[in-house]
Amino acid sequence: MAVQLEFLKSILYFSDLGLAELESIRKLVFEKTADRAEMVLLEGESAANLYFVASGVVKVFKTSAEGKEQILSIVRPGESFNDVPIFDGGPNPASARTMGPVLLYGIKKNDMEAILRDYPQIALNVIKVLARRVRHLVSLVEDLSFKHVISRVAKILFEHIGGEMGRGTRLTQQEMAAMAGTAREVVGRSLKALEEEGAIKLDRHRIIITDKEALQKIMEVPS
Amino acid sequence: MAEMPVIDPQKCDGCGLCVGVCHCNALALVNDIITIIETVECDWCTDCELVCTTGAISCPFEIIIQEP
Repeated sequence: MAVQLEFLKSILYFSDLGLAELESIRKLVFEKTADRAEMVLLEGESAANLYFVASGVVKVFKTSAEGKEQILSIVRPGESFNDVPIFDGGPNPASARTMGPVLLYGIKKNDMEAILRDYPQIALNVIKVLARRVRHLVSLVEDLSFKHVISRVAKILFEHIGGEMGRGTRLTQQEMAAMAGTAREVVGRSLKALEEEGAIKLDRHRIIITDKEALQKIMEVPS
Repeated sequence: MAEMPVIDPQKCDGCGLCVGVCHCNALALVNDIITIIETVECDWCTDCELVCTTGAISCPFEIIIQEP
């Protein structure tokens, strides 16, 4: 399948270029397909390519020494990933795994440098993409460093326990995130942490509070 | 009847991202609108909710206390 010019035009990096320029860039773009749950990038490895998602979804994440995963971003069609090491020359700062079958468009690091030299007008758009990335990551750093999100999530769970006779309010992770003033990705990690503490058990669509006292103790940590 | 994610067809823009990430084939695009196919295989991974940009899919949790 040929790389679509319309798709290249829809990418913020190249949105200001004309058809002739896009045609030149298209020659440098290669396709890569991957099935569900395939690792596309490994944290710490040298960065060879910049990727754009053409179809499907890719999860960019970091893993702690204990194996805990923190999602950094969900990359959807038209968006890029692995931009930072392509431009600073360092290793991949995070890993990337497909969430389903994906089609990626890749550009080799050296080719991307040549594109920037040949079409310097795209630099402003590259800066916009990187600036958005920085803004998102700064917000995530704030959530992870300064907010005791786990205690807030514990409090939210406590306040929404279903009654004996019927269902309580049912909450999505997005709603819990809005209540806790944090990102959905942080709520997912908090729920896993609460499960590891033995305070709750995730059982499909149910959050079962298995140790009410433990949950209350976590709630009392000042936020 | 298995509990399944909730769809708001008014919000669905038919992008199909959720269909691609669903590992139990519980979602399908019918006339460009997401439709649920009931299955016990759905383990509430919430990936469909995570990738949806319009809020058309939600995976709400019921919060209960374990009986002693």
